[in-house]
Amino acid sequence: MSIVVGILFAIGTYLILSKTLLRIILGTSIIGHGVNLLILTMGGLKKGGPPIIGLNTQYFTDPLPQALILTAIVINFATTALLLVLSYRAYAVVGTDNVEQLRGLEDE
Amino acid sequence: MSWFYPIMSTPFLSALLVPLLYKRFNSRIHTGWFILLVPLTIFCHLLSYVRMIAFRKTFNLTLPWIPSYGINLTVNIDGLSFIFGLIIAGMGFLVVLYSIYYMSRHKEALDNFYIYLLLFMGSMLGLVFVDNILVLYLFWELTSISSFLLIAFWFERQNSRAAAGKSLLITIFGGLSMLAGFLLLHIITDTYSIGAMMSQAEMIRSHSLFIPAMILILIGAFTKSAQFPFSIWLPAAMEAPTPVSAYLHSATMVKAGIYLVARFTIIFGGTSEWFWLVSGAGLITLLYGSISAVKQTDLKTLLAYSTISQLGLIMTLLGLGSAALYFDSIQEGAIYAIATFAAIFHMLNHSTFKGCLFMVVGIIDYELGTRDIKRLGGLFHLMPISFLLTLAGSLAMAGFPPFNGFLSKELFFAALLNAAQMPIFNMPYWGTILAFLAWFASVLTFVYCLTILLKTFMGRARGHKLKKKPREASMGMLISPFILAALVIGIFFYHQVFSQYLLIPAGEAVLPTLSGSMHIEVKAWHGFSTELLMTLGVIAAGILLYITMSQWLRIYNYYPMGLTLNSLYELFMEKLEGGSLAITKGFMTGSVRHYLLYILTFIILVMGAAMLLLKGISFDSSQDAVVSFYELALLLGMIATAVTVLLAGARLTAVIAVGALGFLVVFFFVLFRAPDLALTQLVVETVTTVLFLLCFYHLPQLRKESIPIGSKAVNAVVSVGVGMIMAVVALSANGLRSFAPISSYYENAYVLAGAKNIVNAILVDFRGFDTMLEILVLTLAGLGVYTLIKLRWAGGKEDEAA
Repeated sequence: MSIVVGILFAIGTYLILSKTLLRIILGTSIIGHGVNLLILTMGGLKKGGPPIIGLNTQYFTDPLPQALILTAIVINFATTALLLVLSYRAYAVVGTDNVEQLRGLEDE
Repeated sequence: MSWFYPIMSTPFLSALLVPLLYKRFNSRIHTGWFILLVPLTIFCHLLSYVRMIAFRKTFNLTLPWIPSYGINLTVNIDGLSFIFGLIIAGMGFLVVLYSIYYMSRHKEALDNFYIYLLLFMGSMLGLVFVDNILVLYLFWELTSISSFLLIAFWFERQNSRAAAGKSLLITIFGGLSMLAGFLLLHIITDTYSIGAMMSQAEMIRSHSLFIPAMILILIGAFTKSAQFPFSIWLPAAMEAPTPVSAYLHSATMVKAGIYLVARFTIIFGGTSEWFWLVSGAGLITLLYGSISAVKQTDLKTLLAYSTISQLGLIMTLLGLGSAALYFDSIQEGAIYAIATFAAIFHMLNHSTFKGCLFMVVGIIDYELGTRDIKRLGGLFHLMPISFLLTLAGSLAMAGFPPFNGFLSKELFFAALLNAAQMPIFNMPYWGTILAFLAWFASVLTFVYCLTILLKTFMGRARGHKLKKKPREASMGMLISPFILAALVIGIFFYHQVFSQYLLIPAGEAVLPTLSGSMHIEVKAWHGFSTELLMTLGVIAAGILLYITMSQWLRIYNYYPMGLTLNSLYELFMEKLEGGSLAITKGFMTGSVRHYLLYILTFIILVMGAAMLLLKGISFDSSQDAVVSFYELALLLGMIATAVTVLLAGARLTAVIAVGALGFLVVFFFVLFRAPDLALTQLVVETVTTVLFLLCFYHLPQLRKESIPIGSKAVNAVVSVGVGMIMAVVALSANGLRSFAPISSYYENAYVLAGAKNIVNAILVDFRGFDTMLEILVLTLAGLGVYTLIKLRWAGGKEDEAA
């Protein structure tokens, strides 16, 4: 599990370091998944009942990481959506999706 | 007594009032008339202490400021701080009076000028009276800053700005080094009080940090007092208005270093290091100053170099005088203490005659519009009073009777001769050379004093070269230099009064061990002694050199321009600026990728190092659950999708692969009993994918990126590094549990929040505010998305909108 987290992070980072905006967005998305899984892993992957009272289970899985991840998922969605539209806008206005060519525009 | 603090704070308080006064009254009354009251009050208040100071009484007052750090506004009024206080207030009065006539109230920004001047006056007074070294440092830097502001008073001139910057850089550098020295002293003695340090002088001298502390503090003193090689800021500072030059850059601020050295003599003195550093630096400065002064043609610059050389002279004397502390017996010590006495005497004299000279030069500049001696001459008939004042000032500086400079010069020679016979500190070898060098510098001093006097006032009148028609200055302008010139002569005739009430108490404050045994014989005439012969020699050689000046002045041309201190300083600044620009440009490339690389590399290094050093890595797999078939399949699937994204050539593939990855994560959440997560992720992932597909219609095709193989490799290495670090973190987090999970608290969700779904309870109840802000983020993002899409139509492409 941890290794998968590592791989997700590695791939996400690599994508972020590339020049194309789309790749960068995909990279952040993948890193987001990595983070979620990392939190889940850190909470301990012990198996128990879902954290819902009244299901007659012996013990629950840890609810706290789940709550954190839930927040993270939503935020991740928000940022991804914003980035995506932003890059789309940038492309529409500037005509490139290459980060290296985007730079220096503030001088204009 | 209790009036001391209120009165000493008047400069700061009245500085606050200046803008009001200026606004209200400037059209009718010169603001300076109000300001005049401040130094006058302080001066009169200080005079009330004279009797007590003369009886060697000292005062200690304390006003708590930051008592928890032991920083209090303790003041120490003794002979030394007293004479400095008098000079600051007295010169302050005369300079303000002079400035009323010098600074036009119609043309200059007088409010700024007087605020800076008052700020300086207040901090300079604070500097000499406080006992706490940190407060002293505070005032020290305040004087640097106010000096900076005053030099740059005519800030529209390029030269003024450069000079101000130079002086600020040099004096602040010295101030910081002095602060470091002070902190070392604090480490040694565990106190911030100078008084308390003095009682531990023996211990300080044997401490291993003694030498570093001494050198650091001396750098502070030398930069402030323009000692060689830090002297270059002082001639440049002559860009300031002349009242400022007379006040800060000859009478008071440059004496702050002298004060510091005098004050710390009791702590550091009596050692050969202190003796040689102080008197050596002083002597070199004395020579350098007078050698440079002779060739100047601008009167103010000439005076600046002469100030440097006179400061060097005072510094030398302080160094020589510190030897008195070496001796246990008071009789022996008292012989050398004459140097300390002479230092204070000459400091007082210098303030009077140099102040007078500066003011006269200011008058010449004001009346004639130039101060270049090549264009001046023959002013004797036109400005007779100015001539007399210059006569007093320059002959006093040259050491000519009947002016006060003669007395202190004689004492200087006496101190040198005494020191030459000193049995310690290698003086038997060096003493004669020292005496000769000092004598030679005095000859040059004599030469440039003649230059000031004769080149300006004698010779042919060159009225046709001047912009204005020369005439004598107004009475008001002449008052201040006249008072100073009167003092120059007055001190000569009434020197006993001055020594009894001011100089000997000050000398004893510098060398308290010799209390009561300082019987200095100051005589205008003490027979044909060696000192007198030296003075006569100075006069003879000086006149000779002055007459033959045009012949030997060419020697200066042989000195390479590139090696002057100024050009070295400029070269250094240029290289410094260029170097830092190059370094900054080296890493601030403007490329997001580079910045990301820095951040990520930093993460890898810090996290990796922290985990290695703190032994945070642990692979404890005993608690892990057994990996089931489903899980394994899911994991492999996730890896496969992620790799697909990486390798995807078409954007569609990449987007779909990311979507697939998201759905695999959903399955994961199901497996690990997180139904809420699974549901949310399912919805979010679907929306995200749809959004991707919507947008990508507008985005260009993924191109094969043309990244050079090198940076590709760097990217790969960094990514793998980040991945490994995160994997290790994930693994170690499992293995290291330092305390029990806090989740059990939330298992009472039903009781606490009335909810059966614990995760929901956490989100909407226990951490309700988090969720609220999360919704806010979502809203903002939604607004952003909406705006960005809408903007397309309102933006640059008008035709699309139609």
